[in-house]
Amino acid sequence: MTSLGLSQRQYQKKTATNRLGLWLFFISDSFMFGGLIISRFYLLGDQKLDLNQFLGLMVTAILLTSSFFMNRAEVMVSQGNRKGFIRSLIITILLGITFLVGVIGVEWADAPFGPADGAQGAVFYMLTGMHAFHVLTGILFLLVTLRNGLKNKFSSEKHYMVEAAANYWHFVDVVWIIVYPVLYLMGTF
Amino acid sequence: MKKFFSIGIIRGLIFQILGSFAGAGIFYGIRVLMGLQWKTEPTIVVGGLVGAIFFLVGQGSLRDWWHVAIGKEMPEAHEVKPYPGLRRYFEFTLDHKVVGVQYGVLSMVLLSVGGSLALIFRLELANSGLQILDFIQFNTLVGLHGMVLIISILTGIAALGNYLVPLLIGAEDMAFPRLNAFSFWIAIPASVILLSAMFFGGFETGWTGYPPNSVRGPMGVQMFFLGVYIAGWSSILGALNLVATIIRMRNKGMNLFRMPILVWSVFSTSFMAMTATQLIGLSFQLVMFERLLGMSFFTPSNGGNPILFQHLFWFYSHPAVYIFVLPGLGVISELLPVFVRKPLFGYKWVAMSSMGIAAVGFLVWGHHMFAAGIEDYLRVPFMYSSLLVAVPTGVKFFSWAATIWQGKVRFAVPLLFTLGAILVFLLGGLTGPPLGTVSTDLHLHDTYFIVGHFHDTMFGGFIFPIFAAIYYWYPKITGRKLNETLGKIHFYLMTPSFLLMTFGQMRIGLLGMRRRIADYDPSLNFDFTQLLITIAGYLIAISVLIFFINLIISAKKGELATGNIWKSRSPEWAILPSPAPAHNYEGFEFKLVGDPYDYGLKGSKYVELTTSSNSKSEAVL
Repeated sequence: MTSLGLSQRQYQKKTATNRLGLWLFFISDSFMFGGLIISRFYLLGDQKLDLNQFLGLMVTAILLTSSFFMNRAEVMVSQGNRKGFIRSLIITILLGITFLVGVIGVEWADAPFGPADGAQGAVFYMLTGMHAFHVLTGILFLLVTLRNGLKNKFSSEKHYMVEAAANYWHFVDVVWIIVYPVLYLMGTF
Repeated sequence: MKKFFSIGIIRGLIFQILGSFAGAGIFYGIRVLMGLQWKTEPTIVVGGLVGAIFFLVGQGSLRDWWHVAIGKEMPEAHEVKPYPGLRRYFEFTLDHKVVGVQYGVLSMVLLSVGGSLALIFRLELANSGLQILDFIQFNTLVGLHGMVLIISILTGIAALGNYLVPLLIGAEDMAFPRLNAFSFWIAIPASVILLSAMFFGGFETGWTGYPPNSVRGPMGVQMFFLGVYIAGWSSILGALNLVATIIRMRNKGMNLFRMPILVWSVFSTSFMAMTATQLIGLSFQLVMFERLLGMSFFTPSNGGNPILFQHLFWFYSHPAVYIFVLPGLGVISELLPVFVRKPLFGYKWVAMSSMGIAAVGFLVWGHHMFAAGIEDYLRVPFMYSSLLVAVPTGVKFFSWAATIWQGKVRFAVPLLFTLGAILVFLLGGLTGPPLGTVSTDLHLHDTYFIVGHFHDTMFGGFIFPIFAAIYYWYPKITGRKLNETLGKIHFYLMTPSFLLMTFGQMRIGLLGMRRRIADYDPSLNFDFTQLLITIAGYLIAISVLIFFINLIISAKKGELATGNIWKSRSPEWAILPSPAPAHNYEGFEFKLVGDPYDYGLKGSKYVELTTSSNSKSEAVL
């Protein structure tokens, strides 16, 4: 990271400010997802989408598991366990990629409607696409973190980049926990 | 010549042009490889987006973050040495005062562009019948006039926030200096893309971009959406930075209810801008996707609903009005006590009224849609919540009136503009309730009455206060005062012209003249009033031209003003010399010893400084 020259106290003050900035970004971003979810209810009401339930459950499970490994990576870096940190981080990235393949590669090809097929298609592809875009940026962020980890840039005290990547990853996960029932579970046929 | 091309903004613009062509070319190449036909619209949109990213690369805004990503050391912001002299204003500079001035200049440039667009279509409206424009040109000019000035206002309030907030709360800089500079530089490609809408066929929707017109109309609307979308990110990130700065960077003793009042306005404004802006971005993005990919959000024949757009759009665009005016109202509250030498009446109530306007502002968007066919049961609740905004705004007016009461008034130019702002904003406020009430709004909706109303609120809430702020803080930036005589000519020319313009608009609006219409029936007898409005508009333009001349002349030849020329108690005047030094209060111990607005209280001070290097204490104020 940037601040190897800073004293522990300066670093903590700066990190607290960075943390606040990240959370403000989450608040801002949730308004965008909120708008999309409202669009879904406005256009479709309690109409249920004809989606592959098994696949939806699988990708959800995969994303939740990845969050577990992300948390493990963060704990390990703060304990100075570099090897375990790298291993958990790689597992997280692989699970994230699996999620993307599951949603974009399989579910998009599998769905009975395309993006131009009525409000259903518009809402489904927009919501999953926007979330997948966030997962993609999260994976890029994790890859940057992995590269810096391999170059030994993190210590058990100074590893805000890992913490930020982890928080972003959990945020994307929480968004999916809300998006999943909104798209897959709610409503009647 | 080589030096000229190494200047950041020039390099950025060249990169943007090259990037637009490269992006369009690569996109077309991929389509050819996939065996698809040439399609103009997606190619242009992708080109525009790639161009904006290339601007940031060429200009150097992404360099530091790229270094972090590849694991290089990034220096702390306050160790970075800026370019010497004027060059720093054209580069990626981290100093909040430089960024503030950059924002201010961009705002004034956009103000003159947006104003000039209005001058063109006002010529068309001066007489009935079509003289110089066709319908699509007229609509494009009206829409761009609105949106360019909105971005001018957003950059103007960002200029106020960036330049002043760290000075007022005793901070060295913003919480995130790099993000700060980034949010400024992203606004430049956004403005370029927005203006390019004129050259891609224009658009016919006005600044609101309602479907179905925006889904079907010419391609210019895509550049309009893309430009606003990117400018929205500038606004979101800038606002996020200001919120973090106000929460985290206040100096010792600067607790929330002892901050200068302007900081409260900026805080409430920034909180709204940070959250609500996402929804205009989303609504515009959805229309872009509907046009590009056929996703039918807003086309009823394919399952969509155009009212959804209006909900998403106004969820931002009504709070946006408060985003625009709150910093201006803060400037009024900040300047009045200085020029009437009295404490600000009811500080806490004024501070809370800003937060109140922000909170209520989120609940009123439906009053734009009374005539749009929203559910009947939504109309009355939205009417009441809209009228509720008058309560916190009224608190501000009572505070200003009570502050002026029995004060020792000095009629300097900043005070003239402050009083002008109060008068004009009052007119804007009084013409609001007829538009928030369902029964009268159904008659007034989409007429020139509403045009007159929101020009009142925008001039009273932003234009007059920003001029007051520039006359007041210009010496802090340059060390020289703006010419008083030219300033008075500016004020006494602009104010009556503006009143003539806005009363004229309201008159023909009440009589049934509709918005966004290039022509009107001569038998309606609007010709004379329309001509007066046009003349008044040109007089306003002349007064602003005088102001620009004043800005340029005074930078070199103005009267020197290095000390506390307004006898203000606030720290940036009371402590710092003009122009303000880099890193503001660095190296001093900052101590609050009083309240910000105790003018006239003998022997009281707001801030004291002690040099921290040796323990010898030295009172400066």
